[in-house]
Amino acid sequence: MKARFLIPLVVFISIVIFLGIGLTKDPRKLPSTFIDKPAPPFSLPNLKDPDKRFSTAGLQGEVWLLNIWASWCSTCFTEHNLIKELAVTHRLNIVGLNYKDTEANANNWLQQLGNPYSAIPFDADGAVGIEWGVYGVPETFVIDKQGIIRYKQIGPVTQDAIEQNILPLVKQLEQETA
Amino acid sequence: MIRFFLLFLFSSGAFAVNEEIYEFVYEFDNPEHEARYQALTYQLRCLVCQNQNIADSNAGLAQDLRRKTYALISSGKSDDEIIDFMVKRYGEFVLYKPRLTNSTLVLWAGPFFLLLLAAFVMYKFVRRNHSTTLNDQHHNDMPDDEERRAARDLLNKQ
Repeated sequence: MKARFLIPLVVFISIVIFLGIGLTKDPRKLPSTFIDKPAPPFSLPNLKDPDKRFSTAGLQGEVWLLNIWASWCSTCFTEHNLIKELAVTHRLNIVGLNYKDTEANANNWLQQLGNPYSAIPFDADGAVGIEWGVYGVPETFVIDKQGIIRYKQIGPVTQDAIEQNILPLVKQLEQETA
Repeated sequence: MIRFFLLFLFSSGAFAVNEEIYEFVYEFDNPEHEARYQALTYQLRCLVCQNQNIADSNAGLAQDLRRKTYALISSGKSDDEIIDFMVKRYGEFVLYKPRLTNSTLVLWAGPFFLLLLAAFVMYKFVRRNHSTTLNDQHHNDMPDDEERRAARDLLNKQ
């Protein structure tokens, strides 16, 4: 009974702790529903060659990345050097889904910044974006040999994310059998 | 100068709104479909502007999700199927009214638990106050023997 005065204090401190944890989290980063789920298959015209279609079926048995980008997206611009580094230095197979863009702007953008992508499916109306649950461009997915999504980066890829998450994961996935 | 600036501000704002709103009004043949479309777009969250539903938001993603909702309703999907479709892609967060699952149990049950707790504390509090007031009254209204004697002595003195 003597410790009764402590009750409000304990309640107060626990509220502070919970709110404090809440402050450290980014409300824009949602838990992905796609991790360890099959990647939604799609088939779209290629930006570079609209007559040739890109299809995810052709990548079965490979480890690949899907980077979702657009020329109107300013953070795509800032992450582009890291995407190039992944493709050139680390030789990863990166498919660049061009999301809700125009052909002219997208081509112009690639001409200026360089094209690190193995293929560029052109998702003009964002329909494939919806299938993949895209809400904040850029987003980057890592897909394993069975076609399962194993990692998702919402927002720009960072040096930390590459070194701590993407490269170790891809290395591990490469060793798995298809 | 200020007046001119305000005029400019309002007029440019009005143009921007006009352009965006009228672009996405869907025509329904079936009034029941229209009602379901309204209800669904009001309970789905726009993920890029997190405090708006997709009915109210003009963000690109909200427009896409409205179009998708319209297409799904038109193709004969039920409300549950459409909600499942969205949750599968965007997670529970897309729902303004979260479903009852293990991870949302605290959210749903919490307020009722707090209400019960408050009722219990209030009951205890009222009971205690009530009994102490009774005791006090008893004490004041009924003078004990000593008080009676003191009173009698006072009266006798006169």
